[in-house]
Amino acid sequence: MEKVKVPEQSPEERAKNFKEVCLGYSEEDAKKEACRCLNCKVPNCRKGCPVSINIPGFIAEIKEGNYEKAYQIISEDSNLPAVCGRVCPQETQCEGKCIKGMMGDAISIGKLERFVADYAREHNLNVDTEIKKNGIKIAVVGSGPAGLTCAGDLAKMGYDVTIFEALHKAGGVLTYGIPEFRLPKDTVVNNEVEKIKKLGVKFEYNVIVGKTITIDQLIKDEGFRAIFIGSGAGNPKFMGIPGENLNNVFSANEFLTRVNLMKASSDEYDTPVSIGKKVAVVGGGNVAMDAARTSLRLGAETTIIYRRSLEELPARKEEVHHAEEEGVKFELLTNPIKINSDENGNVTSITCVKMELGEPDESGRRSPIEVKGSEFDLDVDMVIMSLGTSQIDVIAKNTPGLETNKWKCIIVDDVTGQTSRKEIFAGGDVTSGASTVILAMEAGKKAAKGIDEYIKTSNN
Amino acid sequence: MYKILKKRFLNENTYEMVIDAPRVSKNCMPGQFIILKLDDKGERIPLTIADFDREKGTITIVVQKVGASTTKLSYLNEGDYVEDFAGPIGLASELTNESIEDLKKKKILFVGGGVGIAPIYPQAKWLHENGVDCDVIVGARSKDILIYEDEIRKVCKNLYIATDDGSYGKKGLVTDVIQDLYNEGKKYDVCISIGPLVMMKFVCRLTKTLNLKTIVSMNPIMVDGTGMCGCCRVNVGDEVKFACVDGPEFDGHLIDFDNVIARSKIYQTEEGRAMLKLQEGDTHHGGCGNCGGDK
Ligand SMILES: Cc1cc2nc3c(=O)[nH]c(=O)nc-3n(C[C@H](O)[C@H](O)[C@H](O)COP(=O)(O)OP(=O)(O)OC[C@H]3O[C@@H](n4cnc5c(N)ncnc54)[C@H](O)[C@@H]3O)c2cc1C
Ligand code: FES
Repeated sequence: MEKVKVPEQSPEERAKNFKEVCLGYSEEDAKKEACRCLNCKVPNCRKGCPVSINIPGFIAEIKEGNYEKAYQIISEDSNLPAVCGRVCPQETQCEGKCIKGMMGDAISIGKLERFVADYAREHNLNVDTEIKKNGIKIAVVGSGPAGLTCAGDLAKMGYDVTIFEALHKAGGVLTYGIPEFRLPKDTVVNNEVEKIKKLGVKFEYNVIVGKTITIDQLIKDEGFRAIFIGSGAGNPKFMGIPGENLNNVFSANEFLTRVNLMKASSDEYDTPVSIGKKVAVVGGGNVAMDAARTSLRLGAETTIIYRRSLEELPARKEEVHHAEEEGVKFELLTNPIKINSDENGNVTSITCVKMELGEPDESGRRSPIEVKGSEFDLDVDMVIMSLGTSQIDVIAKNTPGLETNKWKCIIVDDVTGQTSRKEIFAGGDVTSGASTVILAMEAGKKAAKGIDEYIKTSNN
Repeated sequence: MYKILKKRFLNENTYEMVIDAPRVSKNCMPGQFIILKLDDKGERIPLTIADFDREKGTITIVVQKVGASTTKLSYLNEGDYVEDFAGPIGLASELTNESIEDLKKKKILFVGGGVGIAPIYPQAKWLHENGVDCDVIVGARSKDILIYEDEIRKVCKNLYIATDDGSYGKKGLVTDVIQDLYNEGKKYDVCISIGPLVMMKFVCRLTKTLNLKTIVSMNPIMVDGTGMCGCCRVNVGDEVKFACVDGPEFDGHLIDFDNVIARSKIYQTEEGRAMLKLQEGDTHHGGCGNCGGDK
């Protein structure tokens, strides 16, 4: 039996707006899809979930129409189901392990999770947790999924938690990176943040930890007993090719931040954003897809340039498929070598070479090799570089004794999230390099347990 | 929300504000900057710190009306609030990392122009408080727009003034003054120059021939100010640096000023439109065919 299709905005329509692409299941469809679940004795799906949500359990409740119960089951393990249901790479996690997927379509676990979370929001369902406050102050640095999760879990355990966020808004990548059409800000992200606030977590914005205040000052001057660092992935990388500093060459982070956080494409907001007529996006990850689909929606003819082939594209399949449907073009096995400009320094074209795939390297991926003499120019007036990130050490540099590895990522214990300084914990992209929302959440959860453990043992 | 405690105009287009920001003033150092956002729809504006008072918990900023946002900010008065005020951002002035003994042996020259005169003040003041002398050259188009003269005079040994129209001090450019001083036999060990890009470009061109190490303070377009977006990148020699984390001060002899100047103009058209909209208010309803206001 095939999975129940989820309704989406048509590609023609959605290519012109920022409304959510996927419209989500109706109650009836959700039940139908839930009925396909075999409720396996040994649920592989659960093993595929980094936070081990009781998947068969909540799906069984959907079958019965007990959505509130389903929501409670998910909430035991996840603080951000409305987010994860939308942006998790389910095809390699829960759905990738689903028995049903061996013969046909896996259960649409992500879409069902999203259905439950949306139902809970629309019906104002709250999971009442009784909190016994212990008055112990914990500071969380950064309000991305790692920080939000860690703060939420600690608050539930009774701690007095303050999140320090460098920007003027909470959410990290959920707010400034992932676009509205995949993850609505007002309904979904802000609602998740509000839920964390309701648990009693305080938010202080405009505090760049390491600059505005150091970790040691937080401990010594402000009485925080432990710190969690969830400050994210850091600096965008550039290729180092000629012309990268020309006007209208942007990092994907800059482009997406202008549009998502600063709402630059709306007339009512003051921040500007340039948008070309023809835009090239260099890279093949989720971030590249988001940048390309955003630029398309702002009216540009958009081409993704990626040096390997379609199969190696690291972005989620669903996103690549959506991008193609909407009319994003792909120049695969292609690598930029130079960006060209007019006399005012504005981009006019990008020079690329064709690539072919060689033998697989240590990582198992076939590395691309240049095809000699295959150079060609692509006419574009804007280039967006989406090549990943590298760590900034603003925090580590200003925190004596905090050890980092050769990529400047903070080193932590896998189980507890504890760093080389016993009262400091870390997790998410800051320790792993750019990764996923769910893994950041998992790290936040582990660290919350680690911090609790640390406080309890250091008390006596 | 951050309260504006004081506001005064320094000249027709430039104003000073003292902002209540205890967290920022606690750790800030000369050379660093802040990011200010007016309201929920505002842009994030980077501004170099012009003074600070740790006891009172205040930061002083000096702003020139150059576009829509800085003009809107100028409409606010004492007692009003700005929504966001983040900092300190960037690295402290290189001088503040040296030992006072070493600094006392050095001949230090500051060269400021236009609104860039203001951020020279906290550096010179810091040196003065630590018993270190410095000379300062300031330049302006004419006497009536020269800012911070009294403040700076109090904290430097010699103050030299240049105006384009000769209405005050020497008639000419700051570079002319540097050249004069060298012709008189003066020599410096380090020059710190802050001001319009074109001024810094020519100061660096001259000091290179004089073999005078020169530090410049860059103020490129920024968004987050935390190193996350790369908007503020500058070529320094062969390297790409982010002004908000690695700067704002860099070795002026390694900066590609022509590239920086070109990049500073990215949003000129958009900014022009925003300014027009602000000036014309509700009466602006398009018709120019540019802004889409007539759709
Ligand atoms: C465009 C884009 C699309 C993505 N799409 C997906 C997807 O579909 N699915 C998926 O699973 N993952 C996706 N990811 C990756 C995912 O968003 C990240 O892995 C995840 O957000 C990491 O969470 P985090 O909490 O570690 O960090 P972040 O979300 O980066 O949050 C870090 C927060 O810390 C703040 N901060 C930084 N430094 C300081 C400081 N010194 N003091 C105070 N605060 C500080 C930052 O401002 C930020 O708010 C995407 C990423 C991007 C950029
Ligand atoms: S302003 Fe974004 S990285 Fe510097």
